[in-house]
Amino acid sequence: MLIRNIKIISGAFLLAVFAMFMLPAFMPAASASEAAAPAAAAPAAAATETAPGAKAEVSIPVPKLTAADYPTIKGVNPRATVWLVAQLHLWFGAFVVAVPMFVFIIESIGMATRDERYDNMAYEFIKVSITAYSLTAILGGLLAFGLILFYPDLFKYLSAIFKESMFAYALLFFAESAVLYIYYYGWHWLQGGNRKWVHLTFGLLLNAVGVLLMLLANAWTTFMMSPAGLDPAGVFHGDTWAAIHNFLWNPINIHRVVANVAYGGSIVGAYAAFKFLSAKNKEERAHYDWVGYNANFIAIAALLPLPFAGYYLTAELYAYSQQMGITLMGGVFAWIFIIQAVLIGALFLSANYYLWCGMGRSEGAHRYNPRIKYIAVVLVAAFLVWFTPHTLVLTNSELKSLGGPYHQILGVFGIMPAKNTAVNFLLTFTFMSFLFYRRANKVATVSWAAAGNAAQIALFTAGLINIVVLGVYYGYFTNTVYKVAASVPQVLTTLTIIIISVIIDSFMYKGAKDVAPLHWGRMSNRSQYALFLLAVSFTWLMGLMGYVRSGIRQHWHVSNIFRDASPDAYTPALGYAASIVSIGTIIFMAMVIFVFWLSTISGKHVVAKGYWKEQA
Amino acid sequence: MINFLKVSVFSLLMVGGFWGFANFGIPQIKPAPPPVEEKLDLGAMTMDQFIALGGKIFNGKGTCTLCHNKMGRAPMLDVIGKNAPERLKDGRYKGKAKTIEEYIHESMTKPSAYVVAGFGKSGTNDTESPMPDVTGGGIGLNPAEVAAVIAYLQDSGGAEVTVTIPAMPAAGEGTATAEEAAPLKTAAEVIAKYGCGACHKVADQTGEIGPNLTKIGATRNKDYIRQAILDPDAVIAKGFTGGMMPPTLGEQLKAKELEMLVNYLAGLK
Repeated sequence: MLIRNIKIISGAFLLAVFAMFMLPAFMPAASASEAAAPAAAAPAAAATETAPGAKAEVSIPVPKLTAADYPTIKGVNPRATVWLVAQLHLWFGAFVVAVPMFVFIIESIGMATRDERYDNMAYEFIKVSITAYSLTAILGGLLAFGLILFYPDLFKYLSAIFKESMFAYALLFFAESAVLYIYYYGWHWLQGGNRKWVHLTFGLLLNAVGVLLMLLANAWTTFMMSPAGLDPAGVFHGDTWAAIHNFLWNPINIHRVVANVAYGGSIVGAYAAFKFLSAKNKEERAHYDWVGYNANFIAIAALLPLPFAGYYLTAELYAYSQQMGITLMGGVFAWIFIIQAVLIGALFLSANYYLWCGMGRSEGAHRYNPRIKYIAVVLVAAFLVWFTPHTLVLTNSELKSLGGPYHQILGVFGIMPAKNTAVNFLLTFTFMSFLFYRRANKVATVSWAAAGNAAQIALFTAGLINIVVLGVYYGYFTNTVYKVAASVPQVLTTLTIIIISVIIDSFMYKGAKDVAPLHWGRMSNRSQYALFLLAVSFTWLMGLMGYVRSGIRQHWHVSNIFRDASPDAYTPALGYAASIVSIGTIIFMAMVIFVFWLSTISGKHVVAKGYWKEQA
Repeated sequence: MINFLKVSVFSLLMVGGFWGFANFGIPQIKPAPPPVEEKLDLGAMTMDQFIALGGKIFNGKGTCTLCHNKMGRAPMLDVIGKNAPERLKDGRYKGKAKTIEEYIHESMTKPSAYVVAGFGKSGTNDTESPMPDVTGGGIGLNPAEVAAVIAYLQDSGGAEVTVTIPAMPAAGEGTATAEEAAPLKTAAEVIAKYGCGACHKVADQTGEIGPNLTKIGATRNKDYIRQAILDPDAVIAKGFTGGMMPPTLGEQLKAKELEMLVNYLAGLK
């Protein structure tokens, strides 16, 4: 029996590995002249004629379209339809790529600590993502149909360039499905000893395939922003790797991986909150409180480095095209960042609020509670600075009363160095909240605890002073072009505070005494709404930033190469975008609640007495 | 079920709050429509009109002012007539230009031939310019448009205008196009095209940032109005702030359009 099982597992494993290794076979060589004759999919765009036996040279010109080239269906807005479906696909895709990442980590922790609670929690998370996985695939299919139906020439152009990677993508989807189903359905079968290691390996493979899928999809998206592999006339000659490895591919990859984990954590947190609120007994309440805490921890842990990934992406965007950067930060999209400030402020405040409520689980929290109000004041102040717009759009009477488009006092907070300073304060003080939470139930027993505390206080003080000095110097005493130069040293300061603090803390609290057992479940219902706020804000924020990422291409399907000639080629106003994002968020949240409900009924078993015929 | 309803209502309220803020908490700016390319009648142009066309491209399609402005992102070009000869002699110059005209042309098409100190891409020690080739990509100026911008920069930068107006391309070549065609036909079209109503109350539009122009002709004569359009900060109307009105209208408007607008405004009594 065991040998049979091992054979089945090994076969499935090899199949998945084979699928991954087959990927390069479908990718073209580095240069078109080295590429073999067209493979599985026929090139959609024109290819030059070649003599028999000669190597094919790919030549895909940029289509020049008119409004008549865009099919329409009466009563259907093509842009809004494709936008909504793409956004829904992205939300679910982000969730199902992220969940296996932390499920893998949680399963590993369970294996290392031999604490079965972790294994059960990991299983519960993957159970939620199973239905979401199907929805991701359905929405992906709908998106492809939408593009083929409403934007056939764009789809044709992109699929001509990316035909190999699209084919590989389809194969990888099979591999992803196979690995996911073995990972999920084999969870209780592959328990103990070597079997658990085999299961964990499937988890690793699942993550590898999932990330690879995301990287391929990102390549198509970023090619539309920063096209590469084209000659000066915009003609593509077959170097698909150059098109994939375009300028913004890696910055987006990094940003999306980090953001997906934070997002996945927030959605699972909402699931735990829903189950906590619906719990029938104390044990269930305690369990979902613990699950919610872990989900929130995942969301915050990924949220902390997210602004840095955002800085990197924006800096690279400026490096690719100063025009695109200015359109993003100084043009019509500038006001987006005020909305973004509100949303990220909501994220940080709700995450911190949940942590503070969580301190109620510990008997030792009273030592730290008095300091929470000061953290709250700093967080709100930092949020308000970030929220302050630079230039105000005013009526004449307002202009006169202000004396110009900038407020005389508050105007100084409108520039980027002030906002960068505020964001770094938000991050540092959120980390401080987490430190307090972590220490609330512990008493350090090492002899150098007092010195360790003093070192941490000095570290925080020096770091925060450095962040302020950098912000003030670069913000108000240098030329405009150097104003953003503060961001990198500020970010490094924040990272230094976090990393050194974690190192000191981990040594200082090694072997620490617990004040008392934690009271899991001793949380107010109100605190659970903070987890919902986190999930809703994240969803809405992702939708909004998706609009910006796509919108900075302005009237181009592919930036500066392939012009959008459809009636919807104009960039929509923020209010319209907010409406689309809101509709999408409501649909997504409804679908997510449906997914939660499905995972609840899957565990229920009703005994229908008298319905079935009695067996002799 | 109660929890389900509570959670749903809470989520809807949150989404509604974000939607409301995005719609009513911040100004609704409608982005400009995509530029439309129109035929350019080069054959009928005087040099002044050609220079004016260059100014319009510089401030519009060329997107030059995104960076060449007082914010310090790129060098100012207002004294290029004086700077260009010095740069051609600079040891760091890597191009082939011999004249100011060639230098400006090279700067537009091969911007890294000479990078003004402090304006290079970061990490390149001023050897690589962040400026794109204006003849490619999204800017895509054609040779006639490049020549017009050079003429404008020579004129506004204190140099002698040496550019000649290119001949019209042969039928079917379709290279000489620009945003501009024939002059607009009515003052209302001029007001609509240049967005005067965004700030001024005029021609059924209700802008509030600039002075109300619905009866401007009753108190101001044509010379005053013409100066206010060409040099908006020369005289600031009482109660208003300087620097708000674009100073480039004189370069963008055709002479016929300017006079039509002046006559229209002077007639508002």
